Amino acid sequence: MLWADKFAFVSVIFLLLILFCAVFGPMLLEDVATKQNLRGRNAPPFDFSKNWVYWLGGDALGRPLLARIVVASQNTIFVAAGAVFFSLAIGTALGLIAGYTTRTWSQVIMRLADIIMSFPSLLLAVIVLFMLESSVFNLVVVLAITRIPVYLRTARAETLEVRERMFVQAARVMGASTKRIIFRHILPVVFPTLITIATLDFAFVMLAESSLSFLGIGIQPPEITWGLMVAQGRPYLTTAWWLSFWPGLVIILTTLSLNLVSHWMRTALDPAQRWRLENVRKKNG
Amino acid sequence: MDASEESRNQFREIHGLNDPLFVQFLSYMADLVRLDFGDSIRRSEPAIDVVLRGFAWTLQLAVITMSLVVVFAIILGSLAAFHVGGVFDRLATFFSLIGSSAPDFWIAIVAIVIFSVNLGWFPTSGTGTVWHWVMPISVLFIRPFGLILQIVRGSMITALGSAYVKTARAKGVGNRPIIFVHALRNALLPVITVIGDQAAALLNGAVVIESIFGFPGIGKLMINSILQRDFTVVMAAIMVTALAIFLMNLVIDILYSILDPESGIDPWHRLTFRLPTFPPHPIPWFRPCGCSGPINSPLSR
Repeated sequence: MLWADKFAFVSVIFLLLILFCAVFGPMLLEDVATKQNLRGRNAPPFDFSKNWVYWLGGDALGRPLLARIVVASQNTIFVAAGAVFFSLAIGTALGLIAGYTTRTWSQVIMRLADIIMSFPSLLLAVIVLFMLESSVFNLVVVLAITRIPVYLRTARAETLEVRERMFVQAARVMGASTKRIIFRHILPVVFPTLITIATLDFAFVMLAESSLSFLGIGIQPPEITWGLMVAQGRPYLTTAWWLSFWPGLVIILTTLSLNLVSHWMRTALDPAQRWRLENVRKKNG
Repeated sequence: MDASEESRNQFREIHGLNDPLFVQFLSYMADLVRLDFGDSIRRSEPAIDVVLRGFAWTLQLAVITMSLVVVFAIILGSLAAFHVGGVFDRLATFFSLIGSSAPDFWIAIVAIVIFSVNLGWFPTSGTGTVWHWVMPISVLFIRPFGLILQIVRGSMITALGSAYVKTARAKGVGNRPIIFVHALRNALLPVITVIGDQAAALLNGAVVIESIFGFPGIGKLMINSILQRDFTVVMAAIMVTALAIFLMNLVIDILYSILDPESGIDPWHRLTFRLPTFPPHPIPWFRPCGCSGPINSPLSR
């Protein structure tokens, strides 16, 4: 089924490659990526006479860019994955509660979501990261909080619709507990939509993390992420464009792949639900 | 760093930092009621003045960008919907993919390298001439454009499939009037909803873009104040931003209720405090007027 959509197929392979880099990259290339080589400062790319890690050029301290990009993928991917995981878990749980329980709880939860949504997420993250310390863990927490409403609203809207269906009514009549109805009957129906949104959101969170790191409030050196690499290359823009260009290109390719895969998943997971998904996306913007 | 103990105490005294936290909070809230946000810690002028100056810049930037986005998205989105799979449709898909996947800071940097450094068309940063505005607006334009484009396209496809469009076509109305007169009016409602969300999201972009292009807006102000620990300015900026977003949502709700009376949105619901509904009073006639009280109650006689 994946082979039918060539773009999605290529995207999945690319994402698997990135995932491989994220998991094993630092282990394999950590030494190469941090070793300074002052004779190779801002070495131009496409010099194939050198070692393969220098094919994309070297940075301001002569460290090979290709190796650094591979190593930086770990922080970038894991921060985004952590944030998406937590916001997905918390948002879904709250959304199911808001959709299935009493009006009062639903109101309280939805107003909380409104409060988070009403303020620009990046500004919120900037303010929180300023008050807390900017570590990987805090970054994950902040990004997760700003993305909770997306899943919450979707999960609630879907739950409100699914709870009226016959099989849920039947389960209730047969005496199933609320917990069982939510986790065994409603969650499996709602989940494919949420996973599709999570794929799309992964791209968004990655961009947010990159922006924060670029502004200097996200991940701090000596840790590296792609966004931070773009920022580090910025002073050398006029003389060595490749310092900022390659990490940015990797960010684009990754988010582009995530978008294409999400697009494919939308049709592949459940064609009948396509219309509803589009409505939900409109609502959440 | 090396300020003398004396001047440090003096500074604390001036800004009331010696008071207990609770007292500081209360006095801040009391001043807030009188719209006094306190003085900027670094610049010794009222924080609200600094913030409003920045806000005016950002507002101009946002309004210009958003107007361009809406105009272009509506035109291209309609054309894309008219020929699904055609040239415009592919163009639209391309733009929305770029919009949702390209980091704006990277686009800004690449644009600076190409258009400012190599070609020398536009200045790299600052304000002053019309040319200073071109690059920030174009970079800020991309993301909301891609998103609103998709939404215009989606709702236009629905509108073009409806019965009244068929009727119009049967009467012999040309393509252009059908798209821009008949279908577009009905396709615009979802767009208005998204414009609200996107305008808030535009502030996200503004933080990054303003920092890169040295644009003196509220985003850059906030980042700088945070880095310089100018708390009063940060707090005033947060208040102003939140208020602006709140007002904009209100305007959009009002617009929505005017354009679509059937939606049943009460634009004032954001302003009214909803009291919990109490159970009916045990004495049947003791109900406020307007309720469906019993006919024989003393009030209705």
